[in-house]
Amino acid sequence: MTAGLIGRRTILTGGAGLLLAGCDRIIEQPTARKILFAGEDMQKGLQRALMDRGALAPEYRRDQMSPVFRTNGTRNPGTPEYAALAANRFEDWRLTVGGLVAKPLSLSLRQIGEFPARRQITRHDCVEGWSAIGEWMGPMLGTILKAADISTRARYVVFTCADLYGGQPYYESLDLIDAFHPQTILAWGMNGRLLDIGHGAPLRLRVERQLGYKHAKYLMRIDAVESLDNIGLGKGGYWEDHVDYDWYAGI
Amino acid sequence: MKAGTPTEPERAPESLLEPPGAVIRRHGWVTRIWHWVNAVAVLILLGSGLGISNAHPRLYWGRYGANFDHAWASLPHFPAWLTIPARYNLAISRRWHLLFALVLGFGLLAYMIGGLVTRHFQRDLRIRGWELRPRAIWADFWRHLALRFHDERDPRAYNLFQKLSYAGVLFVALPLAILTGIALSPGMNAAWPWVLDLLGGRQSARSIHFITATLLALFTIVHLTLVILAGPFNEMRSMITGRWRVPE
Repeated sequence: MTAGLIGRRTILTGGAGLLLAGCDRIIEQPTARKILFAGEDMQKGLQRALMDRGALAPEYRRDQMSPVFRTNGTRNPGTPEYAALAANRFEDWRLTVGGLVAKPLSLSLRQIGEFPARRQITRHDCVEGWSAIGEWMGPMLGTILKAADISTRARYVVFTCADLYGGQPYYESLDLIDAFHPQTILAWGMNGRLLDIGHGAPLRLRVERQLGYKHAKYLMRIDAVESLDNIGLGKGGYWEDHVDYDWYAGI
Repeated sequence: MKAGTPTEPERAPESLLEPPGAVIRRHGWVTRIWHWVNAVAVLILLGSGLGISNAHPRLYWGRYGANFDHAWASLPHFPAWLTIPARYNLAISRRWHLLFALVLGFGLLAYMIGGLVTRHFQRDLRIRGWELRPRAIWADFWRHLALRFHDERDPRAYNLFQKLSYAGVLFVALPLAILTGIALSPGMNAAWPWVLDLLGGRQSARSIHFITATLLALFTIVHLTLVILAGPFNEMRSMITGRWRVPE
């Protein structure tokens, strides 16, 4: 009787254990992996269906801000080029806007500061699970893209950064729905000061309806493109290409 | 008991139809299909959720929460035999979690509709007034300790503790796990900002999500234990074919 009971228990709990272990085996099959990775498109489709294109991420009051906004990812690009730019307070830094645009731009920090700026207190959600609330200030990305006269052929906007991952500059991308969202800004200010090096000086992306790794820091280039196929390994971002993160990071 | 006192309904005629040893139809097909779809989804969500927890094993209350903020709980590092995948990989844990979150959510939605349409919820999960009398609760409690989980006069019926735990899982724990999960999505925060307001901020939602998952894990352990104690062959058969033998 007792032996039978243990046998049955082993079968039941063993079944659950097998399921967990089986999950790792299953996704070695290309078809299963494809199904698993299709979840991203389902989530994106559902969210886009439920969400107005212009629906705003929650904004907060000053007294709701994080006392300390931790840094994450690269704290300092540490390259000689970046060190030289930082040494004279980014006077020589330029943001290049190119790709499928009629009027390619090369903007200094001062010129970017002349665009009307949006100030927003928003929550930053890291893919790992933590959140921090901070105040960001800068022009809407859409304003810059319009100033460059972005082509109607463009479908994505690609960001190239000064910090290196595996010897290559960090890169990320958005589609035009998020690129032209009013809260998607190129932030030069944070918490009432100029952006510091830990948080991405001199300019970083804020894309408030997506997770932190989409918010490219240390921006150097913005390119409008028709497809992501020729960017990195084709999935649109460093983490997407190298560790299977979702390109759509709205969840 | 005095005659005339309202008490448990008389069921003598039914017990003749369902005597010990008789094989009866216990679970309808809607329940059986949902049960297994949901069982797979819950196990995968628990495993992949523990993998996600390992990425930042601290829980906070409120709108924000990160390393410099006060955490009300520091979770242990969950070992490889509990997580999906076994080796830490946040991206793959998230892929499992976010795909099976859809299976869980839409599965529950379908079952809610099916359960109402087939009247399974109204018929089998509704708690009758007499069941809540201290005397009835006490009797059910002692029956559990004696490992007799059914009422001999109506063996097909769920007992009170079954009704309470099934209703708790169906109507409280699973919907709360889904709602708190939705609150963690920055996209859904823009689409449905009221969810965050209801739960008191994203980090509160994350904490409640973890607590709810813990309760669902405890339910699963107790549920499996009781299946074993009640007779695993008979119980498993009833959830696969629908047929259940009334215990002797």
